[in-house]
Amino acid sequence: MKVSIPTPLHSYTRASVVEAKGATVAELLFDLERRYPGIRFRMIDEQDAIRPHMRIFVNRERIADLDESLAPDDEVQILQALSGG
Amino acid sequence: MANEAHLVRSGPVVLLVGTRKGVFILHSDADRRSWSLDGPHFLGHLAYHVVLDPRDGRTLLVASRTGHLGPSLFRSTDLGKTWLEASSPPAFPKAAEGEEGRAVHHTFWLEPGHASERDVWYAGTSPPALFRSHDAGDTWSPVSGFNDHPMWGTWTQEGDDGTPDGSLLHSINVDPRDPRHLYIGLSGGGVFESVDGGADWEPLNKGCEADFNPVPDPEYGHDPHCLRLHPLAPDVLWQQNHCGIYRMERPRGVWDRVGDNMPRAVGDIGFPIELHPRDPDTAWVFPMDGSDVWPRTSPDGRPAVYVTRDAGQSWQRRDEGLPKEKAWLTVLRQAMTVDSCDPVGVYFGTTTGEIWASPDEGGSWTCIARNLPHVFSVEVADLQP
Repeated sequence: MKVSIPTPLHSYTRASVVEAKGATVAELLFDLERRYPGIRFRMIDEQDAIRPHMRIFVNRERIADLDESLAPDDEVQILQALSGG
Repeated sequence: MANEAHLVRSGPVVLLVGTRKGVFILHSDADRRSWSLDGPHFLGHLAYHVVLDPRDGRTLLVASRTGHLGPSLFRSTDLGKTWLEASSPPAFPKAAEGEEGRAVHHTFWLEPGHASERDVWYAGTSPPALFRSHDAGDTWSPVSGFNDHPMWGTWTQEGDDGTPDGSLLHSINVDPRDPRHLYIGLSGGGVFESVDGGADWEPLNKGCEADFNPVPDPEYGHDPHCLRLHPLAPDVLWQQNHCGIYRMERPRGVWDRVGDNMPRAVGDIGFPIELHPRDPDTAWVFPMDGSDVWPRTSPDGRPAVYVTRDAGQSWQRRDEGLPKEKAWLTVLRQAMTVDSCDPVGVYFGTTTGEIWASPDEGGSWTCIARNLPHVFSVEVADLQP
């Protein structure tokens, strides 16, 4: 499925939209890590929590649970909530 | 920092500058009078500490995060021409089901290990924890003897002492005589020592004040801002503390407030302390205003470095070339350093983005870079292993 990547992570993907696969959001993130080593830890901490400024949307619905199921034609967007200076 | 720092080096000198918006590298000429600026590297990243391994003269590590991405470490072996990300940056173990786990917010301090342990590095993080690498910073493991010590929560106030930028483990010092002998500083915790490679730890705060604690002479809970061990006299420790400037001789093991010998109008509050690489009795500090609501700027708007050459018994003001008035500078704990030339070069960076250099041990100062971002750290890169 297609995954939208925010600009702060383009240094890993070199693209704003990439292909990845997984039956859950967690699996999708591990697939992204396999393809782009280092990218997962910038989004997800060592306790598997989504970092405070990261947002993951599936079909435009924000998800908080990495066990959320995914279908092959789902649209996944990873966004950043910028704040501060 | 360098295990062979007592050797006299000659110019040129390279300075590694970590800022709130990236990494900058300053290159001097042979006389350390003219400087050129390289960078930014990692523009927009918070670069807390940038350190080159003095044992090989080439491995450069950057402790980084951005305001919105998680922490990481980057490595270069060509002085920043190319970078690789650490395969496994410092991170706590995953907590067991039902238990609350800890997460590294950022790596704050980087320290090359003992000269006999090439490729060993230490990292101090926020929340305060210690990590070790055995492969020149590519992969990192927790030092569980500290991170999982039964007293960790008590010593660190559960990892959050309310420090605005996060509770920190900093000032990692390795005894040049023994790689298993380690010292660390905890902001909001005190100084701690391990004699078994980090397997166990003991507080080392006797004699040090903690005027924010109602308990007199507490065993821990102090606020060291910067702790330094002299490579030629490793039984002497220096500390710029929240409550003053201290010096300790082992085995006596009691902190003496040598900052009491500073001028009363200036006081002995500050963040950094730096030691002469060849003279254990010489140290430099950058006093800040710790009165009233703690402005943490130069006292009276008149910045100065102070030096002692007699182990803290007396201090001399060194401000030639620095602004004479209306300069409200703040120099953080990692933002002052020295080189190994003769005479020693002293350098500091300010939160207002200036880098100041003295090629004559503080005798005169020149601003060698300005308009940089908020400076977190300044380190000399020793390129001559």
